Amino acid sequence: MLQIKSIADERGYYGKYGGAWIPEMLRPNIKALEAVYLDILNDAGFQKEYMELLADYTGRPTPLYFAKRLSEKYQANIWLKREDLNHTGAHKINNTIGQVLMAEKLGKKRIIAETGAGQHGVATATVCALRGLECVVHMGALDVERQAPNVARMEMLGAKVIPAKSGNQTLKDATNEALRDWINNPSDTFYIIGSVVGPHPYPEIVAHLQSVISAEIRKQFLEKEGKTDPDYIIACVGGGSNAAGAFYHFIDSDVKLVGVEAAGKGLHTQEHAATINFGREGVLHGAKSLLIQDDDGQVIEPYSVSAGLDYPGIGPLHAWLHDSGRAQFVGASDEEAMEAAMELTRLEGIIPALESAHAFAALKKIDFKPDEHVVINLSGRGDKDMSTYLKYL
Amino acid sequence: MNKLNQLFENKKNNILSIYYTAGYPSLNDTTKIAMQLQKSGVDMIEIGFPFSDPVADGPVIQKSSKQALDNGMNLKLLFDQLAEVKDLTIPRILMGYINPVLSFGVGEFVQKCAEVGVDGVIIPDLPLEEYAANFQPLFEKYGLHNILLVSPETPDERIKEIAKLSSSFIYLVSSNAITGSSLQTNAVSEYFNRVKSLVGDTPLITGFGIRDRKTFQEVCAYTNGAIIGTAFIDAITGKDNLDSAIDDFVKGII
Ligand SMILES: Cc1ncc(COP(=O)(O)O)c(C=O)c1O
Repeated sequence: MLQIKSIADERGYYGKYGGAWIPEMLRPNIKALEAVYLDILNDAGFQKEYMELLADYTGRPTPLYFAKRLSEKYQANIWLKREDLNHTGAHKINNTIGQVLMAEKLGKKRIIAETGAGQHGVATATVCALRGLECVVHMGALDVERQAPNVARMEMLGAKVIPAKSGNQTLKDATNEALRDWINNPSDTFYIIGSVVGPHPYPEIVAHLQSVISAEIRKQFLEKEGKTDPDYIIACVGGGSNAAGAFYHFIDSDVKLVGVEAAGKGLHTQEHAATINFGREGVLHGAKSLLIQDDDGQVIEPYSVSAGLDYPGIGPLHAWLHDSGRAQFVGASDEEAMEAAMELTRLEGIIPALESAHAFAALKKIDFKPDEHVVINLSGRGDKDMSTYLKYL
Repeated sequence: MNKLNQLFENKKNNILSIYYTAGYPSLNDTTKIAMQLQKSGVDMIEIGFPFSDPVADGPVIQKSSKQALDNGMNLKLLFDQLAEVKDLTIPRILMGYINPVLSFGVGEFVQKCAEVGVDGVIIPDLPLEEYAANFQPLFEKYGLHNILLVSPETPDERIKEIAKLSSSFIYLVSSNAITGSSLQTNAVSEYFNRVKSLVGDTPLITGFGIRDRKTFQEVCAYTNGAIIGTAFIDAITGKDNLDSAIDDFVKGII
């Protein structure tokens, strides 16, 4: 791992976004984390253990695969970063392995997490089983019903899944419940957040832990093409962790960065999760960022067919990358994501997660030159989405 | 001197503050409840403006907030309602989360507060640093008090800093918990005494977990008064006669 420094300033801001807008009750835990996170991330012992687990337990490095038939179709050189081949089936475990080691360093015995589709919950339950730690996952009551297989996985792994019954009973409310849990249990508990959201230093921590994705892309692309930089990196964006990891080491380069948001039933409707395109500046879950909200500053429940993308906020890093023009964000609708999933499945024999399928839908929205190299971050595999896909077929 | 400082000047002990959610149970109950609380002998009121994601609140206040939003409550309407009340003389504080305030516009919010006689605000997710960096000059210009929270895990140095920035009182959170949790009085005496030794003359009002005469008296033994929220919301929920429900509740405390 490279020597890690922060992207955010010392107050946890990316431009005007970020910070730690938290009640006093959470402050001691957040401050304790802020004081040690860089030291831990840069600690040789931590890095050794983290890299060993990534290699031997989750199976990294994940391949950078040249997608020949997809490339022919779109007349460009398309590469897939195979995060779907990680243990548990998505990029989420890169983060949970790192954070669980951090929790151990801080002497915490009880782990909590929020989850939407259940991927982060499964990744957290997995590392807790691995390390013998108590695990509590907050999950919207509606999602508990919609994502039954992942609930079963978490429970088999020994986690306690608590249905969040507040609000609209989805990811946003699960995150509220996790924060409330942490307020109520400040001394023994560590909160493993699942994306580059939440109060500083969480967006930094999660981005650093996911940055292994872009570190590997550079190395692999160099080996295969004799240079470190492709022309494009494309990733789907819910909270923004897989995109942050895929962009990370390319932020200071000329590589075009493209984030794909869930446009749900279409950007002309009210039913979408396109935070960058439709959000306004606001504060949710401890960070200032863009936020889907009404005129009174009440958060609007977003919509997407994919449960991993329907978050009303977005990591402050991405709001900043957007404002500064460094990254471009496009929307892909339910329909477009479904088509893209089918296309990838039939051309390459890979069934993607519904979230990741949104990234592939961007292929139709960009004019590539035939000699350009495009890396798509295939953030997860589609097993969990089979019932949704079957309805569509 | 504004109403809040006046109160602390005149009364040192057993100050009773009641929290309730604006627009709950019905949209137009906000001012009715305020007037009855005053009539029943409450010393100050805290009016909650609802937010969709109240992370520091337990189920009871979550529900009242959601109901208030469903009823159509928002900041503009709340200010309109407060502008109508003429006979309210006790101090009133607004309590809520930062996002509706940012959306309303901080400058406009502060100005409106001053206009309708709001004496102070409590915004749990507006941390000291953000307040000092961006909000304080505006608050001071309009004479609006920002009330900061201290919790059992707040370090001594920070408590002193909070005291320095507090122009009225400090909101002492009784335990590390969200609203509606139960009070553990055996654990609080050391904490209360520690805070008292650090804040000089700044009055302390305890909140979270106070629900009846017994808990009220327990914390009033250490601090200048207490805030009751969840138990009050419970007491008025589903009641046909709000005025008598309020009066019964307050008489049960003082
Ligand atoms: C496979 C997959 N990709 C993407 C996401 C979206 O999260 P993020 O934007 O943090 O990568 C999720 C979330 O559950 C996911 O499971």
